[in-house]
Amino acid sequence: MSTVADQTRPAREEPWTGPLLDVRNLHVEFRTRDGVVRAVNGVNYSVAAGETLAVLGESGSGKSVTAQAIMGILDMPPAAIPEGEILYRGRDMLKMSKEERRKIRGQKIAMIFQDALSSLNPVLPVGFQLGEMYRAHRGSNRKEAKAKAIELMDRVRIPAARERVGDYPHQFSGGMRQRIMIAMALALEPDLIIADEPTTALDVTVQAQVMDLLAELQAEYHMGLILITHDLGVVADVADKIAVMYAGRIVETAPVHDLYARPAHPYTRGLLDSIPRLDQKGQELYAIKGLPPNLLRIPPGCAFNPRCPRAQEICRHEVPPLAQVTEDDGTPVAGRGSACFFWKETLHDG
Amino acid sequence: MGHYILRRVLQMIPVFFGATLLIFLMVYSLPGDPIAAMFGDKAADPATVANLKHQYYLDQPLWKQYLHYMNNILHLDFGTSFTGRPVSEIMKDAFPVTIRLALVAFFFEIVIGLPLGLIAGLKRGSIADTLVLLITLIVISIPVFVLGYIAQTVFAINLGWVTATVQDSRDITQLILPGLVLASLSLAYVARLTRTSIGENLRADYMRTAVAKGLPRRTVIGRHLLRNSLIPVVTFLGTDLGALMGGAIVTEGIFNIAGVGNVLYRAINQKEGPTVVGIVTVLVIVYLVASLVVDLLYAVLDPRIRYA
Repeated sequence: MSTVADQTRPAREEPWTGPLLDVRNLHVEFRTRDGVVRAVNGVNYSVAAGETLAVLGESGSGKSVTAQAIMGILDMPPAAIPEGEILYRGRDMLKMSKEERRKIRGQKIAMIFQDALSSLNPVLPVGFQLGEMYRAHRGSNRKEAKAKAIELMDRVRIPAARERVGDYPHQFSGGMRQRIMIAMALALEPDLIIADEPTTALDVTVQAQVMDLLAELQAEYHMGLILITHDLGVVADVADKIAVMYAGRIVETAPVHDLYARPAHPYTRGLLDSIPRLDQKGQELYAIKGLPPNLLRIPPGCAFNPRCPRAQEICRHEVPPLAQVTEDDGTPVAGRGSACFFWKETLHDG
Repeated sequence: MGHYILRRVLQMIPVFFGATLLIFLMVYSLPGDPIAAMFGDKAADPATVANLKHQYYLDQPLWKQYLHYMNNILHLDFGTSFTGRPVSEIMKDAFPVTIRLALVAFFFEIVIGLPLGLIAGLKRGSIADTLVLLITLIVISIPVFVLGYIAQTVFAINLGWVTATVQDSRDITQLILPGLVLASLSLAYVARLTRTSIGENLRADYMRTAVAKGLPRRTVIGRHLLRNSLIPVVTFLGTDLGALMGGAIVTEGIFNIAGVGNVLYRAINQKEGPTVVGIVTVLVIVYLVASLVVDLLYAVLDPRIRYA
């Protein structure tokens, strides 16, 4: 660790008691020819060791961009982070040197991507790509790295790992490829894994296996996990808490079961209502009307107001802050917040 | 893989016979009588003409001539030119010259074209990128003979850095200028192809993964980006090496290099049937082998391509 690090945070030996990752008021924008695309507009969330945070939202809600900002893999420019902090164990990663951040990537915070086929290098054997983690961060030689790669493939239960270590990504099935991505993220036993839609590209049966594996390994290594998804079904079993994003903002946060039982934001309500249900077979499927906003021109006030069934005059002028959600008697519900002026009504109508 | 190579080699046989037959027919359908031309303006002695015709098999029907010729070739006998020199000897003189020139040109394509493309591709929209695009565009649009004469005038005559023509092709330094001129067009294509390929792969998902793994930048670029980006470039270079071996009529003409292109050009003008057919036959083989090597190289570079 560098000396700069030692001045700004407690020595490494002292256990860190705060959240592993604390994102504060993060803004990300893309400066394009057509104008400034405001992809992330003041996101706050935190993850502790062993905790799973699910970030839920449609395409373009800023959930992936936030993750890429945390990983430091945004292309800057065109991307820029005009405001905000990303604290890893209390230190702002945005203020670190490139080399410091590179050492955190893969080693302390690892990422799993959606499409394993395109996310793995097509011309390198999977064993080599796994072994690279050890070669780049631990200085292992080729032989050690290969042995470690076989071990990893065993860990994520890829059959005949020893024989398949020299195979190329296209020779594996979708589920096996995603296991390799998980193995890669897991390689150096990071503190935190960010999984960006890890099961979206997979068959439903394989989805469950991969999610179970991820959850199991997370528990085993006591890692923090940020699970980015648009699939409410994936979230329910594995997440501890949920942050729902819309147009680059978090509109609702809640412990997972509270959110499903009693959403406090009309957007969350809409998402839940649009899940097909067996007891409503034959009826028309509910859909949130309209389209997600163009991030070049986010509507004034609450970004959801043009699509919201509850929208009032105030929603068109003022941006609702993330308010603490309370019970009827006024006692605050731990971990619950809603960025809606009418969260009470939404909560009770449910 | 072994099966694939065998099949490809077997496929070469009909291509080889077809190509040589075509060349043979074309050369012998050229107007004019090469035997009569040997006598110039003088009246030919009918007995000598008949004798010569017999000697060169010209008194036989065309199909017999072809079979005779092919039979000789299979015995590695390329026949005798009308000047009385064995064609194999003519080729033995010309091919090493062309191979040297081709290798010099090939070297420039790689050491200049690739880095230019790499720089431009990595820094799209930068001044360096714009410059590379502009220069390669100029090179592509200027005909080789213009470029060749300009280079000759400037570097040999005005600056006097090199000799205007190649005196001895075994002296590599004399081949630098002709090599550069010969390479110029392909060099520009290599640079542009590399630039495009780098630019495309730079945005690929696996590149994002490589960065997310925390690999050092030189590993990300040198290993992940280059391995993928160079696949189309290497295949282009392979085909181009085959083309360069075919000789460069214009470049060899400007710099007076006695290579294959030059010899072939003269032979066609003088209706030297045996020489033309002999050289072209060898070139057909060179092309066939080069394209096979390129295909195999492609499979080595890109594991997704496997030949059954």
